[in-house]
Amino acid sequence: MIVHFEPASEEGIASVVRSAAAERVTLAIVGGGTRSGLGNPVRADRTLSTRRLAGIVAYHPAEMTMSALAGTPLAEVEAALAANGQMLSFEPMDHRPIFGTTGEPTIGGVFAANVSGPRRYVAGAARDNLLGVRFVNGRGELIKAGGRVMKNVTGLDLVKLMAGSYGTLGILTEVTFKVLPVPPAAATVVVSGLNDAEAAAVMAEAMAQPVEVSGAAHLPESVRGRFIDGALPEGAATVLRLEGLAASVEMRAEKLVAALSRFGSRSQLDAGQAKALWAEIRNVKPYADGTARPLWRVSVAPSAGHQLVAALRLQTGVDAFYDWQGGLVWLRMEAEAEAELVRRYVGALGGGHATLVRADGEARARAPAFEPQAPAVAQLSERVRATLDPARIFNPGRLAAVA
Amino acid sequence: MPETIGFLKPRQAVLDRRPEIIADLADLLPEGCLISDERGLKPFETDAFLAYRRLPLAVVLPETTEQVSAVLKYCSRYGIPVVPRGAGTSLSGGAIPQEDAIVIGLSKMSRILDVDLFNRTATVQAGVTNLNISDAVSADGFFYAPDPSSQLACTIGGNIGMNSGGAHCLKYGVTTNNLLGVKMVLFDGTVIELGGKALDSSGYDLLGLVCGSEGQLGIVTEATVRLIAKPEGARPVLFGFASSVAAGSCVADIIGSGIIPVAIEFMDKPAIEICEAFAHAGYPLDVEALLIVEVEGSEAEMDTMLESIIAIARRHGVMTIKESQSALEAALIWKGRKSAFGATGRVADYICMDGTVPLSQLSHVLRRTGEIVASYGLRVANVFHAGDGNMHPLILYNINDPEDAARAEAAGNDILKLCVDAGGCLTGEHGVGIEKRDLMRHQYNKADLDQQMAVRAAFDPQWLLNPSKVFPLEGRPAA
Repeated sequence: MIVHFEPASEEGIASVVRSAAAERVTLAIVGGGTRSGLGNPVRADRTLSTRRLAGIVAYHPAEMTMSALAGTPLAEVEAALAANGQMLSFEPMDHRPIFGTTGEPTIGGVFAANVSGPRRYVAGAARDNLLGVRFVNGRGELIKAGGRVMKNVTGLDLVKLMAGSYGTLGILTEVTFKVLPVPPAAATVVVSGLNDAEAAAVMAEAMAQPVEVSGAAHLPESVRGRFIDGALPEGAATVLRLEGLAASVEMRAEKLVAALSRFGSRSQLDAGQAKALWAEIRNVKPYADGTARPLWRVSVAPSAGHQLVAALRLQTGVDAFYDWQGGLVWLRMEAEAEAELVRRYVGALGGGHATLVRADGEARARAPAFEPQAPAVAQLSERVRATLDPARIFNPGRLAAVA
Repeated sequence: MPETIGFLKPRQAVLDRRPEIIADLADLLPEGCLISDERGLKPFETDAFLAYRRLPLAVVLPETTEQVSAVLKYCSRYGIPVVPRGAGTSLSGGAIPQEDAIVIGLSKMSRILDVDLFNRTATVQAGVTNLNISDAVSADGFFYAPDPSSQLACTIGGNIGMNSGGAHCLKYGVTTNNLLGVKMVLFDGTVIELGGKALDSSGYDLLGLVCGSEGQLGIVTEATVRLIAKPEGARPVLFGFASSVAAGSCVADIIGSGIIPVAIEFMDKPAIEICEAFAHAGYPLDVEALLIVEVEGSEAEMDTMLESIIAIARRHGVMTIKESQSALEAALIWKGRKSAFGATGRVADYICMDGTVPLSQLSHVLRRTGEIVASYGLRVANVFHAGDGNMHPLILYNINDPEDAARAEAAGNDILKLCVDAGGCLTGEHGVGIEKRDLMRHQYNKADLDQQMAVRAAFDPQWLLNPSKVFPLEGRPAA
């Protein structure tokens, strides 16, 4: 039977890790368990949950920072922020819909997996908003890195290293992050009827305007009807979000509509529809269909996204939609995961990062979840890892992939 | 100034082989890329942290990544320390060499390789200056956001080394938030690429680790950075307050109101007087503190935002309000602030501190800073980026008086410790370099520091890349 630990303190976690390291026992690190499908399957002797290490430690709205224990439910963080008119500007995605998981996402899990949403293009990823961490390394030592100020260049930035390390370098116990005011107003401009290539051009043009577009997604006709109960206008929808003071948003929306006058038909969503739409884009609504059909999250240069999909279509059955100006492609395969094919095209189109987010056990066993790295980078990463978790006790198997 | 910061003892074996090393380097590089005569080496003996200087063994100025790789491979084989250098504008001594080191200067690698407006990226060689990137894309309506005050001279390679920021980082973030990828050379000569035009990479965030590593992990030769569409306009407003406390709480209220200005700069009375005497910017002389708040957008948007900001300032008893009515007036407001360091130099010698503090601690830290400096019989002027708590106390002293100099350094150390004790950190944008190296133990405990040093050693096990910097000389795992 798997032994499960749920320490309620940093020292409790450190002590479990020290025993595990001494006995060479491996640990699977879990928070709310809602993202356990991300990455390669972990095979560990025991599990360690951060769930009981929960609570907001410090929140200073006027400083735009919050510190919270890793197991704090994301919902609790977001509620506290909302009460003060603030938010996590990187809009972390909720993975429950696509995985069909039921737990409570934790703030530690958000940063451990570097989870970001549509605003990532302008507000940075989770990693850009993480200011400081406390974590237990593989020797069972409690380590502090970064701080709770916006600017800090004191020593090596271990904070970035911990973000997106999927619990393979240490167990986050506390995170301090930047928060931002919720924009008082928002508008979403919809350009209808564009094909993928035209949409990429329109999004690029919109992002080049001095109107501060904070979301740029393209929803081809195949998925359009699955968003906001089919309320988007006829034809593929290219959607552009503006946020800010009410007067600014109104003026900017007019300016944007004018700048895009030579493309498709243009309309605007009301605030309620817009809010729902961006949440559905963030949570990949069209592919949250209760199936295990292979789902890829591909990050490439925005100009390459639609080319990738066009190239794949000639070879296999694929459905897709785009965020981040076209640079984030959510790809669902109709049958096989086609890992070799996807990664070959990503490489040919200038490189990027294809992650197999969801697949059945057989496909996952065959294809590494993360983009394989160049050997020199993989070796370097392994040397870095050895300094943090020398006995390799954390989340064995989760990340590994070498070209 | 008396030297109180130690350097590593030069390796005699390296010094003894100097002629041979220089001959070997000459073989590795094209004509005109090697400097070995004393007169030629002189400009490289220090950076903008002028208190310390060391003549390097030799300086190489490679033209390609392959040449950087060849030199590093050679240096790693023979155990020769290497100090990377951009434009040498480091204020913390990050590029100061040592007698047994080869300086690798990136000044010849100053080409812009690719501007991709569709994807809004620029790929440049490491020796390109910060301002050159913006200049190259300005006509198309874009800019590169991080704006250190030295941006006319400093290079993107140096910016990456120091994770540089600037006055406008409140809105756009610092270098690490605007860096998409690098090509870099590890100490053994291996060339690797991290990141690229896509926003995410797989595996550990080595790019984030390299940014701000002060030239200890490898030498960056090319960088891909994010470009941003220029706002339609920008307008600063200047506020004068009767006290620092009033100015500080005004900052907190502006941010609390949901408006994020693009910059919020703070100056205390001594700084106002020094800058006004030099720049004649029209700063009020009857106030204790002033704020420069800049907003961006269309004319109508800026009007709306400034209206709210001015209303907040009034609630905090603002004494003077100067709204710029023209580009000229805006430039004048900034001229006073931007000339702060130069203008202070006319009044006295000074050392510039670079601590950061949580905003709630600003008033306390300002008051204690004044008390600390006075207790050493010296004066201080404060200018800083108030929006992100990055303080720059300028401690005035007389460089020709060794006792005065020692007192200034001691006062500076006390102030940085004060910042850390108030929940902040030793440096927000200038880096640790040699300057704050020995204070690292104040911010980090042994386990924290050992972990950082172990990660560093994973890149450079011989500890030969910029070896005297950042970490205390004692207790290094591979030293």
